[in-house]
Amino acid sequence: MTTFEIRGLRADVIISEDERKEILKGVDLTINSGETHAIMGPNGSGKSTLAYAVAGHPRYEITEGEVLLDGENVLEMEVDERARAGLFLAMQYPIEVPGVSMSNFLRSAVTAVRGEAPKLRAFSKELQEAMKAMAFDSSFAARGVNEGFSGGEKKRHEILQLELLKPKVAILDETDSGLDVDALKIVSEGINRAKEANGMGVMLITHYTRILNYVKPDFVHVFAGGRVAESGGPELAETLEAEGYERFVKVGA
Amino acid sequence: MATPNLGIKEHSHGGGLPVSKLDVHGSFDPNDFPKPTGREEEWRFTPLRRLRGLHDGRNIADGVVKVEMSAPEGVTVETVGRDDERLARSFLPTDRVSALAYQSFTEAVVVTVGKDTRADEPVFIRVTGTEQGDAYGHVLVRAEQFSSATVVLEYAGTSIYADNVEFVVDDGARLDVVSLQDWDRDSVHVSHQYTKVGRDAHYRSVVITLGGDLVRLSPKVGYTGPGGNAELYGLYFTGAGQHHEHRSLVDHNVSHTRSRVDYKGALSGEDAHSVWIGDVIIGEDTKGTDSYENNRNLVLTDGARVDSVPNLEIFSGEVEGAGHASTSGRLDDIHLFYLQSRGIPADEARRLVIRGFFAEIINRIEVPELRQRITDEVEEKLAFHD
Ligand SMILES: Nc1ncnc2c1ncn2[C@@H]1O[C@H](COP(=O)(O)OP(=O)(O)OP(=O)(O)O)[C@@H](O)[C@H]1O
Ligand SMILES: [Mg+2]
Repeated sequence: MTTFEIRGLRADVIISEDERKEILKGVDLTINSGETHAIMGPNGSGKSTLAYAVAGHPRYEITEGEVLLDGENVLEMEVDERARAGLFLAMQYPIEVPGVSMSNFLRSAVTAVRGEAPKLRAFSKELQEAMKAMAFDSSFAARGVNEGFSGGEKKRHEILQLELLKPKVAILDETDSGLDVDALKIVSEGINRAKEANGMGVMLITHYTRILNYVKPDFVHVFAGGRVAESGGPELAETLEAEGYERFVKVGA
Repeated sequence: MATPNLGIKEHSHGGGLPVSKLDVHGSFDPNDFPKPTGREEEWRFTPLRRLRGLHDGRNIADGVVKVEMSAPEGVTVETVGRDDERLARSFLPTDRVSALAYQSFTEAVVVTVGKDTRADEPVFIRVTGTEQGDAYGHVLVRAEQFSSATVVLEYAGTSIYADNVEFVVDDGARLDVVSLQDWDRDSVHVSHQYTKVGRDAHYRSVVITLGGDLVRLSPKVGYTGPGGNAELYGLYFTGAGQHHEHRSLVDHNVSHTRSRVDYKGALSGEDAHSVWIGDVIIGEDTKGTDSYENNRNLVLTDGARVDSVPNLEIFSGEVEGAGHASTSGRLDDIHLFYLQSRGIPADEARRLVIRGFFAEIINRIEVPELRQRITDEVEEKLAFHD
């Protein structure tokens, strides 16, 4: 049983050396293992900021609050320690790392997270299967990480990593956007497999209820003005889809 | 990958100084070139004092180098005297050190890849400095019509060395060259590589500079027929106090020729200094030239200095493509963030990204054991840097 708690989190985006702007204005959220929390909210409300700040992105700075994973202070950990502690972020815009092959990258990541190098043969089999499940041709293994990948391929690559790294808590930032119906299904199945395999808790950031038909949320939160503005059950997603965020944008502004 | 305020001096353009055309201002007489003062365009980046006399004509020739060769079937390798008439037909020295080197060598190496020969193993020429002192060399490699071969030039040991290397790629031939400057830390090397690319011939060079106190290498390419293709790749890893200078010149003096120049370097440590000058000339009345050059530098620490000067001179209106790019900067912290966010520790993430940066060039070397060795040496230098 894992508990992931965000308490009173405030964070700035670092615009330049001497310019910053507060985006997160006191976020509270608790995710227990096995739970899926959908986060929905208008553009620019700070959803990605929340995801990046928790992961330790260098362009964001947390000014107040706590993030705890089973009571451990995540904010005191280095970025890589957070990942090894069981936190995973699937990014809205995954980063291209030229020249670092996908297979090299994945082997290094798996080695780091599992604490030991996997047996070569076993790993290559595991990788092959995981790639197949995410509809990747085996030729991708030799390509640079996300280098020249299409938007959909980048998203599938994030979920491929999710399955290999088996985190305790995953933050999925608009993993569904830019996916066609087939890719959406493939990605959702991947998320559900990871949930089943190790009771992963999920923070699912999305604009659309489409993915919620495949990955069922237990809770839905409206994110506006840098904080959680309202929380409810799955039915809240339907309301939002029907009515939009207008009501919250006014509150947030 | 652009981070300002690193104490990096970068030049994006050459400032309109005319490039001398290949062969036009050349001479075998060192006295035709005044002794450099450091103010000349072609010498202003080079710390002349550290040439240890290679440019002043003092040549005492008190250094000793050992030259070893090996070649596969179909390729002949000879050691010849100064009077061999095959020498020095493909070039004229373009600066004082080149002319001095030509005046001063005693024996030359001549490699001939016979007509139609496909050499399946590389030719190796290893120059090892065994006693510090000035020394001079000359190499001529000729790939005859429709032949193909790989030549590996390796420099190691301790020396104050100047040489000229001629590569003649006859019509329809293909020549792959790897030039590895792996000198001991106290060595000085000034080298000119003069290449002539024939009709429909293909020349590919990979220059790897890791060692030495000062290495200044000038690959110069011209064409003798249409359809010629020249690819010049380079990698340098410049450590504290080292000076690595690469000055390529591609003269598209013939129509329908192609060139690619791609040099990548990393710098680490106090007073590491790298210089890349990329001159491209697209000659008068030529058509269909396709050229692109690129230089990227990764500045790993404070106190390093990069000079990067692409210089494109177009004298013809009918160009198919011509462009250049030059970037210098730190490791991208967003790349590191991505790798670290997958659990990879910071130092390993750095190594992966740097290795990735170089992989593109190293992977162009088609000699596996050499590829591995260079990778290992880069890693070693990196470990030192960590
Ligand atoms: N470098 C920056 N300079 C200025 N403002 C920034 C910068 N980076 C982010 N912001 C601002 O921070 C706010 C929050 O952005 P964030 O990406 O977190 O929103 P989001 O909720 O994820 O939006 P979306 O639904 O479009 O993905 C936005 O108003 C954005 O413009
Ligand atoms: Mg976002």
